[in-house]
Amino acid sequence: MNFNKIFALGLRHLYLIKNSFPRVLDLIYWPTVQIFLWGFISKFFTLNSAYYNNTVGIILTAAILYDFLFRASISFNMMFLEEIWSRNFTNLFIAPIKISEIIAALTLTAILRTLIGLIPAVLIAIPLFGVSVIELGVPLIFLLIGLYLFGVTLGLFVTSGLLRYGPSFENIAWASLFFLAPLGCIYYPIEILPNFLQLVAKALPLVHIFEEMRNILMTETVNYFNIFKSIFISAIYFILGVIVFYISYFGAKKRGTLINMGE
Amino acid sequence: MFIKIKNLTKKYNTHLAVNKINFEIEKNKTVGLLGPNGCGKTTTIGMILGLVTPTEGEIKIDNKSLNTYLRDEILKRFNFASPYVELPKKLTVKQNLEIYGRLYGVLDLDKRINEISNDLEIKNFFERKTGELSSGQKNRVSLAKSLINKPEILLLDEPTASLDPDIGDFIRSYIQDYKLKNKVTILLASHNMGEVERLCDTVIMMKKGKIVDAGTCNDLIEKHGRNNLEETFLKLARSKDEF
Repeated sequence: MNFNKIFALGLRHLYLIKNSFPRVLDLIYWPTVQIFLWGFISKFFTLNSAYYNNTVGIILTAAILYDFLFRASISFNMMFLEEIWSRNFTNLFIAPIKISEIIAALTLTAILRTLIGLIPAVLIAIPLFGVSVIELGVPLIFLLIGLYLFGVTLGLFVTSGLLRYGPSFENIAWASLFFLAPLGCIYYPIEILPNFLQLVAKALPLVHIFEEMRNILMTETVNYFNIFKSIFISAIYFILGVIVFYISYFGAKKRGTLINMGE
Repeated sequence: MFIKIKNLTKKYNTHLAVNKINFEIEKNKTVGLLGPNGCGKTTTIGMILGLVTPTEGEIKIDNKSLNTYLRDEILKRFNFASPYVELPKKLTVKQNLEIYGRLYGVLDLDKRINEISNDLEIKNFFERKTGELSSGQKNRVSLAKSLINKPEILLLDEPTASLDPDIGDFIRSYIQDYKLKNKVTILLASHNMGEVERLCDTVIMMKKGKIVDAGTCNDLIEKHGRNNLEETFLKLARSKDEF
């Protein structure tokens, strides 16, 4: 892999953010709204729910982590869609850059977009609701790695769809995360799900991440096995995502969609 | 032969976009690819650029099959410009050239950007966003991007389409001058017959995915008993027969 080329592609997206203040506002706006919404819901539950009454901020922490996953995935998709919207697709795919370098550039740059949006929201949550995700301590880093890897993986599946079906697949890009959210057990324990759905949910990394988040906040103990299991599952999906992306790329070359991909 | 196209075919489901075409391009020559809309020019260019997988046939560059080259190894020798393919609109001209210069691994990039910007007279709108430029300005920026790496093989798809005569002439003069000063093999798809006569050493005429004739402009005009290339083109495009 050539780091300069990965950097060049990353730079393209950094310039895009730098050149447009509304774009920065857009990145910050939605996570902040989420924090406000879930902050008040969380406060209400804390005061009125026996389950949550001793663990201030579980819902808000879950909301922040879920938003991190959501932003990671959407950032990945958005950067790919930007190439389609700007009709730059052909230029990108005839540049001497390996497909693996394109994936690496999107993966690495998505983290920046995600953090630009999320850091202000996380900071707002501290004085406003007295909740700080940093209280999760060192395990937070591993939880975020698992979430990020899975978020990027979903991005890979969606961009594969864009390669396969063209811009008409765009709506799926926005809806992709909502398909999995009910199975992710973000705000409730896995036991709420019917038995057969519990089996499906366990095959996803989200359940393990959010169950462990709740465990840390409620019992102040850490089960690293669960955390690493979630990272391992995410890594498997990521590899699968990369394979699907390559298949879609070669499929797009066969169908000739790379040469006239546009709005 | 520098570029050798052998039995190149592309079939999309039942539609035969390119049908067993054969042609060769000598090093540092300019070849025009002519034909009515939908005759397979863009698909042919797409296959040479590696964007479209041929159904059959072979493309050889320097006597080596395109498939045997590593993607980044061969693509750094190519470049492409088309008014139908744009650069990121929200980035400035300078930012776009910087990014593509980096992607193509151009050494001494600042110098190269400076050089090409002066030549193509794009310096005065260097800091403007590409999406805010006029068609003529965009075309010059697109051409600058396509020459940033001093490509050995340059593919141009209607480089002067929708330009006013003045800017169109500027682009043609620039390409003509660039050819004299640099070693470059050009495949030019165009509907502007004057442009083709001015820039191309030989011409390939395509129709319905097939090559219907090829030769120098003068040879083709003479062979078909017409006064100029435009009349020759019309004769071939409207004819039901193959030549």
